[in-house]
Amino acid sequence: MSTSGPAPAGAPQVKSLNCPGCGATLTVRSFGNAVTVICESCHSVLDAQDPALRILQQFHASTDEDPPLIPLGSRGSIRGVLYEAIGFQRRTIQVEGISYSWHEYVLFNPTKGFRYLTEYDGHWNDVSILRALPELSAGGATLKYLGETYRHFQTVDAATAFVLGEFPWQIRVGEIARVSDFISPPRVISSEGSGEEVTWSIGEYIAGRDIWKTFKLQGEAPAPIGVYENQPSPMSSNVKKVWALTGVFLIALLAVAVGAYWMESDEQVFEQTFEFNTGAGGEGSFVTDVFQLKGRTSDVELTTNASVDNDWIYLNYALIDQDTGHAYDFGREVSYYHGYDSDGSWSEGGTTNTVTIPSVPPGNYYLRIEPESDPNRGLVRYAVTVKRDVPQASFFGLAALALLLPAGLMTWRSLNFEHLRWAESDYGSAPSDGSLLSTVESITDTFKGSEDGE
Amino acid sequence: MTQPTANCPNCGAKVVFRWSGSVQTVCEFCKSILIRTDLNLEKVGKVADLPPSSSPVQLGAEGIFRKRSFVVMGRIIYEYDQGNWNEWHFVTNDGASGWLSDAQLNYAVTFAAQGQTLPRECKIGQQYTWNGQAYVVSTITKAHYCGVEGELPFQYWDKSDVVFVDLMSQSEKFATIDYSEDPPLLFLGESVEFEDLKLKNLRSFEGWS
Repeated sequence: MSTSGPAPAGAPQVKSLNCPGCGATLTVRSFGNAVTVICESCHSVLDAQDPALRILQQFHASTDEDPPLIPLGSRGSIRGVLYEAIGFQRRTIQVEGISYSWHEYVLFNPTKGFRYLTEYDGHWNDVSILRALPELSAGGATLKYLGETYRHFQTVDAATAFVLGEFPWQIRVGEIARVSDFISPPRVISSEGSGEEVTWSIGEYIAGRDIWKTFKLQGEAPAPIGVYENQPSPMSSNVKKVWALTGVFLIALLAVAVGAYWMESDEQVFEQTFEFNTGAGGEGSFVTDVFQLKGRTSDVELTTNASVDNDWIYLNYALIDQDTGHAYDFGREVSYYHGYDSDGSWSEGGTTNTVTIPSVPPGNYYLRIEPESDPNRGLVRYAVTVKRDVPQASFFGLAALALLLPAGLMTWRSLNFEHLRWAESDYGSAPSDGSLLSTVESITDTFKGSEDGE
Repeated sequence: MTQPTANCPNCGAKVVFRWSGSVQTVCEFCKSILIRTDLNLEKVGKVADLPPSSSPVQLGAEGIFRKRSFVVMGRIIYEYDQGNWNEWHFVTNDGASGWLSDAQLNYAVTFAAQGQTLPRECKIGQQYTWNGQAYVVSTITKAHYCGVEGELPFQYWDKSDVVFVDLMSQSEKFATIDYSEDPPLLFLGESVEFEDLKLKNLRSFEGWS
């Protein structure tokens, strides 16, 4: 035992007292720290610092008017510290003639002190008092705290509408305080004051199911409704990561594409010019000489160049493996039309057609060609070129598109989320701060605006 | 550390000073407030019953602040319209005297600061700079002196109403002006988290381990 002072008069105990209003038993859970305690039976607001529990106020409410979701006296851990729920209040604001209410819970630990939980429509925040002052910007649109910028979301006059349990300050039903919220999801910094004195607090969004788990509450946490002011976007934190990752993949893809252009032999294996006499009639089918496709299984590119001029030629091709007889059948049309009309000159089609046959194994191949055209056309010349192992730019384009798709989708969903968030603010829409998100946001708004205008 | 001893002039009980710088102490047995004058003790008053304390800190509690260990040796209790708070007087291992305030379990460590010009009166929101640090007046509290316990570095007894001005900063630096003296006293320090002080010899709370 210490030699410097008298022994304290025993360990502080949870006090059981009787309400001077109705005689019901009152439990004071925060030892000498409670300033106000509210009788659950008769709703007398009592001075907890007065040994006689002077009645400060009585308010009318049915006992079960607003049962706390976390019953007073239940305990749970928040960031590794055990707390007991000791107080509960409902606060109400008026926006355009409509009342909105949220709930606040007072949590207590005998050495760590007080902490708060707030709940609105299934959205929860873990709130503690700030020990340092945030740095408010000149216009009050933003503030800075620990190097992070918070943006003003809304300012409301909140009235205390219902109270239960204990509070470490003097609380009254009907009391109004001006509350301003500044957000940087998942955090919110709030100022609160009823006079000159302003208290700053910081809240962090917390999932209802985590509260249900730690306080061992019955049933399931009510599902949150809508988007809350500091609710972290399920996307936004990932959007940057996904874009970064997409960037890495695109660079890798580009490297592969460049490598492919280097590696692919792009070798011409066959070239021949043919003439087709359209008037000859009968079976026009013939086969070419055999040519060799070397290397690994790869693509084959066949180009048809025909001397068509305001007419057409259709070629039925078959690329046939001499050894196995396996055939790749395909047809190509080459048509070219042009002329003048009231709008000036016009043209359609062209004299060249290219087709790619993917994944052709190596071997000895020949082509069977069957041309068709207008029987009155006469002689049509056409050249057939076959190239082996041609790099396919379109493949890389498709791959790039496939890579961009998830990032684009996430960005869109994230913008949508921010739109819903800021729709609830004093401003009705997201602020423009030059960031990527707000830039895209304002672009989409412009589009919407022009649609509305039409 | 030498521990000068004397006898209580009121009841004759042995009075031990754990800190040589102590100016005032309270007799453990008869609650007389004793002022040290050289080696004699003078009784200047008697402590009335203290309000039940809900602070986890008590005399003899030990902790660490900025790598210096300290021992809690005394306290001053104040009452105001929202309850009461404690200013725990501690002495560090290198002999410095400081204060650990516990106001509804909000903790701050401060040390007396000399040589600063202080305003006669303050308004909430006013800004002052001491030692290059800007502070803003956050609360003005009219309190009354409620009692003392243990050893204090100055005479502090028989006070009535006292005005305290608390100032916050954009860091966790914290300041208090105590208008009970003329000129007023300035204390500079910082708000602290309870567990950062690594306190030992604390009180226990029924139902909490």
